[in-house]
Amino acid sequence: MPALMSAMPMRRGKTGYVKTGSTMLLIAGALALSACGTKAPKQLPPEPGPATTTQGPDQSAGPVAGSQADFVAKMMGSDTIHFALDRYDIDAEDQAALSKQAQWLMQYPNKRATIEGHADERGTREYNLALGERRANAAKNYLVSLGVNAARLNTVSYGKERPIALGSDEASWAQNRRAVTVTID
Amino acid sequence: MTSRPLTLVLSFALASAAPVYGVYAQSQPAPAQPTPAQPVPAQSAPAQGAQADQGLDADDGGLTGSVSADGAWQDLGIAITNFATDNDVPTQTNAGSTGALGRALSQVVASDLRNNGLFKPSGPDGLPQPAYPQVQSPDYPVWSARNANMLVQGYVRAGADGNLTIGCYLYDVQLKQQLIKGGWQVGASDWRRAAHKCADMVYSRLSGESPFFDSKIAYIAETGPKDHRMKRLAIMDSDGANHRYLTSGQATALTPRYSPDYSKILYLSYLNGQPSIYVYDLASDTQKLIARTGNPTMAPRWSPDGKWILYSMASGGNTDIYRISSNGGTATRLTNTPGISIGGSYSPDGSKIVFESDRSGSQQIYVMNADGSEQHRISFFGGRSATPEWSPRGDQISFTHIAGNLRVAVMNPNGGGMRYLTNSWQDEAPTWSPNGRIVQFFRTEKGSGRSSIWQVDLTGKNERKLPTPVGASDPAWGPVRP
Repeated sequence: MPALMSAMPMRRGKTGYVKTGSTMLLIAGALALSACGTKAPKQLPPEPGPATTTQGPDQSAGPVAGSQADFVAKMMGSDTIHFALDRYDIDAEDQAALSKQAQWLMQYPNKRATIEGHADERGTREYNLALGERRANAAKNYLVSLGVNAARLNTVSYGKERPIALGSDEASWAQNRRAVTVTID
Repeated sequence: MTSRPLTLVLSFALASAAPVYGVYAQSQPAPAQPTPAQPVPAQSAPAQGAQADQGLDADDGGLTGSVSADGAWQDLGIAITNFATDNDVPTQTNAGSTGALGRALSQVVASDLRNNGLFKPSGPDGLPQPAYPQVQSPDYPVWSARNANMLVQGYVRAGADGNLTIGCYLYDVQLKQQLIKGGWQVGASDWRRAAHKCADMVYSRLSGESPFFDSKIAYIAETGPKDHRMKRLAIMDSDGANHRYLTSGQATALTPRYSPDYSKILYLSYLNGQPSIYVYDLASDTQKLIARTGNPTMAPRWSPDGKWILYSMASGGNTDIYRISSNGGTATRLTNTPGISIGGSYSPDGSKIVFESDRSGSQQIYVMNADGSEQHRISFFGGRSATPEWSPRGDQISFTHIAGNLRVAVMNPNGGGMRYLTNSWQDEAPTWSPNGRIVQFFRTEKGSGRSSIWQVDLTGKNERKLPTPVGASDPAWGPVRP
């Protein structure tokens, strides 16, 4: 778990690193990994405990509505979808996450977003670039099918070049096979 | 920065002038008739043929998958001596005076031959140092007594214009014969090239293989932790010397390929946010996009004659291979099946392209004609197969085989004869030596993700890590220089 603990609280955004500040995600990672070897965890129900207080509905201290920080806070992990090894299909969990993303994007129709596609380290560099693009594109297509204007969505693949979980094990690889939606402030 | 032919010195000062050696110190015979051609075997050793056929010429006749480095010539005792000078004077090189340069030259020659697992040479340290007159007239009994079979000697002379003249001689100690000699006139900054040419000459004469030491490598220099890794375009000589970074690291750089004439490098950069292929001009240190597609472009490759560029472009989640003239113009799409078709490596004659595609459901290797026709799969041995590279000899295709671990393997162009060259956790992206006898690749460390460039010969036995200042990946070995 140390690899997960160190990796999960940070998420790479368009302009750097955005703190998601959620212990829930850490626990989510641990639970799902023990349950499923290939697919990384999705969103979890909120946990009781101090970690949730940072994301409480305190409007005065919260992020600006419609900002990337707001998007991250509202998604509570659903800004990222995960994929099985060498796959790019959108399953039911992904659909739920993307629906949540689409709702936010419909609420702020002037916002644009980039979907970043990633692969785990256990593939060749060039193929993983193409695979990351394929994953990002699958997420984009689903958002478009929910009514988000395609012109608002860009894709970019980072292949295996930007892992978020740093271990060389199944758990880390499952975390790294992902597509992350980042809205553009 | 473009490739400059070394000036070949056809007339050897030591060989052709007066019999009194002492004269040379003053006379400085002018190097004659520069020519861009490769050094040719010296005409002056008529008796060398008989010796050469005694197992020294290991040429297997070309298009076979045989392994040359098993030959007995590997165990030849080769003595490499300090290159002598007629006059120890300062030079503009980073090695120092001509005397110091002579030592440095012989060390480069010895390192080339030793580090590639090809020979086990002795010297120059610990060996007698021939005086300038002895370069052309070796003291055979001394070398015989030391059990040396072969002897490499050389000289260096400084010219008035700052150029250097470097000669290299290979002798058979038992036969007391000169087997071959070569001479080159170089600028001060190019002195190592003369040493590589000397090593190439010795290697070729003794193994029967084509030369490869005088060549360069483009690669990606990697620094920083796994999740913040900086990836910069870099170049170096085949032995790791003359290292130079070409990009700052602000934009991630990946997958370089040297043009056949060393004037340009194709590579992928995230400079504009989207992965895109640029061509970097080494003479002007400028770069430009090879195609304005609006889509991500990846996996650049040159044709053997440098006239064509292959790139792969993703569109709507699909990736296909395109060909464009290196002068620009309109691209031609070569693949159009659903899935990811990517990469591509030309056969040496330019008629065929081997590439990677997952159209069957997983990464496998396919061959097509250069116009995209007759695409057919050649890899049928389980697991996934990726990053094929056609040997410059045409006889083998090297690739990454994925079955849990990633390993470098070779096969015949028809897909037969598959065998592994490496066995590690993650080895990928092979590139061939100019003579098709050695494969370089990059190895990633489990956990840390640290990467380094390694090479292995076709026996799979002589594996070694290349010296690079920082982490290294994506090696791309260019051709032997003119």
